[in-house]
This record gives sequence, C-alpha cells and structure tokens, in this order.
Amino acid sequence: MVNKKVVKRKKFISKKKLKKKASKKTIGKIHGFSIQFLPYSEIKNLESEARIKKILDIVSENNILILQGKLKPEEEQKLISDTMTMIRHVNGFSGIELATISHQSEVNLWVKLRNSIARFISGSDFGAVTIIGPATIVKEIKKDPSKIELLLNR
Amino acid sequence: MVKVFNFFKKVFNNLFGNNREIKLGFYGPPNAGKTSLANRICKDFTGEEIGSVSKIPHETRNVQFKEKVEIEYKGKKMTFKMVDTPGIATKIDYEEFLKYKVKKKEAKIRAKEATQGIIESIKWLDDMDMVVIVLDATENPYNQVNITIIGNLVARKIPVLIVANKIDLKKADLKKVEAAFPEYEVVGISAKYGKNLEEFYEAIFSLSKKV
Repeated sequence: MVNKKVVKRKKFISKKKLKKKASKKTIGKIHGFSIQFLPYSEIKNLESEARIKKILDIVSENNILILQGKLKPEEEQKLISDTMTMIRHVNGFSGIELATISHQSEVNLWVKLRNSIARFISGSDFGAVTIIGPATIVKEIKKDPSKIELLLNR
Repeated sequence: MVKVFNFFKKVFNNLFGNNREIKLGFYGPPNAGKTSLANRICKDFTGEEIGSVSKIPHETRNVQFKEKVEIEYKGKKMTFKMVDTPGIATKIDYEEFLKYKVKKKEAKIRAKEATQGIIESIKWLDDMDMVVIVLDATENPYNQVNITIIGNLVARKIPVLIVANKIDLKKADLKKVEAAFPEYEVVGISAKYGKNLEEFYEAIFSLSKKV
C-alpha cells in the first residue's frame, strides 16, 4: 500500500518535470504568424509606391517579411510615413519593426567599385537583407553591424 | 556648369551669408533629447525655450520652431531658424503610454497625434539647410530609423551633424555611436547639464560652411 503511494507521487513529479521541460522548449503563446521570403525580382519592376504597398500588405497580415536587397532611403522614408497613416486607420495595427543588414567589409577599393556597379545595374544591393515585421509580433529587432536578432512578443 | 554654380553660390553666401537665416533641424528617435538641446540653445541665446520636455515618449508631437536665434561663438555670429521635430519611429502603441500613468483615452489621443507628428517631421526634411541628428548615447545606434534619416539627408545633400546626447549617464557609449557612423562628425554632449556644448557650437559653425 505504502509502495503504491510512493509510485503515484513519483509519477506526479515526473509529469511536473516534463511540463517544465516542455515550457522551456516552446516559445510561449505566439500564434498566427508566418515568415515570408520575397526575392528582389518580385518587386524589381514595381514603382516605389507599389513596392511599399506590397510590403505593408504582407506585414499587415501578420507575416514577418524577409526581403532580398534593400529599399532606397526615400522608399524607407515613405514606408515609415505610410505605416503611420496605417496605424491611424487600421484597428489593431501598431506599426512595424524594420532592419537592414548589408556587407560592411567594402574596405578594398576594387570590391567597393564592383559592388557599386552591381548595385547600379541591378537597382539594389543583393548582398543586403531587409527584415520587416508587424510590431504586434516583433517586439524588437536588435541590430549590430554584422547580425540581426529578432525578439518576438509573447 | 555645376562647379560654376557652386562657385557663385559660395561667393554669394560669403557676401550675404551672415544675414541669412539658416534652417537648423533637430531630428532623431523619440526621447533622445532633441527638445532639451534646442531648449538649451534657445535659452542661452534668446532667453526663451522652444518646447516642453518629458520622460514620456512623443512629448513633441508637432514641429515647433523659433526664428532669428542668433548664436554667437568665439566672436562669430550666425542666425538660425531652429526647427525641433517630433521623434521618428516605426511603431506607436497607445499601451506604451499607459506605463507612464497616462489615462487610456489620453493615451489613444497621444498615439494618434504622434503618428501625425512623424509624418510632419518627415515632410519638413526637404526644407532644412542643416540637420542635427540627436541620438541617445545609452541606446543602440544601429537603429534603422537613424540610418533612414541619415540616408535621406545624404540623398538631399543636406549637411549632417550627429550628436550623442546623455553622455552624463553611466550607460552612455560615445565610441559605439562613433563606430556606427564613421563618415560623420559625432559630438558627445549632455543637453540636460550643458556639457560639451562648446564643441557642439564649433561643429555647427564649421558645418554651416557647407550650406
């Protein structure tokens, strides 16, 4: 009889431990988002306005967007302006988190020149990656010169 | 042709430059100390402040300016139109304001005004002759908003000075700000305590030659 009680208690503890282990492995209560990769070819022929619209359409549907290349400074500026307009008009939308990372090691003059020519021909920096996520999901994008860290909301 | 135009522009500026009012914009992320710095300059040279300061982000929600601010430094005088702008951000959530004990209704109004302020800030970029980017030296300088603002100023050929504010705080890392923007002059200051403003004025006068 005593033995049975001991066994039951052991089972109970092991379930608790399992729950603890499981909660460490999961990332909390994040639900309803996906990650989309957008190659530059998808937006290459679009006007700036249409590019921004496409990006905001994707992000407002709870997607984290990974864009090949980067936007022009004036496009980034327009993206911020349009995001603000959207916050005013779309319920539950509180903005975006945005970060771009590109190669920093253009020390060599030849590499600099080669990348400039490539950028001029293609219209974008293919060595760059832009991450844009809805602020409701992405709490913060921590950026250092060489890496991007995504912190998600729980 | 461009060289000839620039030559005449320089001659004109040298002849009449001292009488011209230079539009000096204060840009940067929220709570970096743009209004604190603009206030300090305005108070030093006009006796009046430009706007109110608060710990709550997005305290400045309208572009505010002060005209004919004559700054005198080492015997030289220059007249500026000081333009203090709302902090630029990519997100605004009214719930953020609740943390500062702002009531829900007021927080929602504040958030709405802040979005409009950012749009206004961006629109004013085109009108600036010179821009001071005010960054919080205790925060990560690699924020995309900072890079976007600088990128747009460079594209418009508007001279830029980067100010790393709050250097009086222990967490401040001036070297990190300098490393993030190696192509620009970075001046570390404390707008709150008026620390290192001499170097700031020196940089402003030197930058004004590029206008």
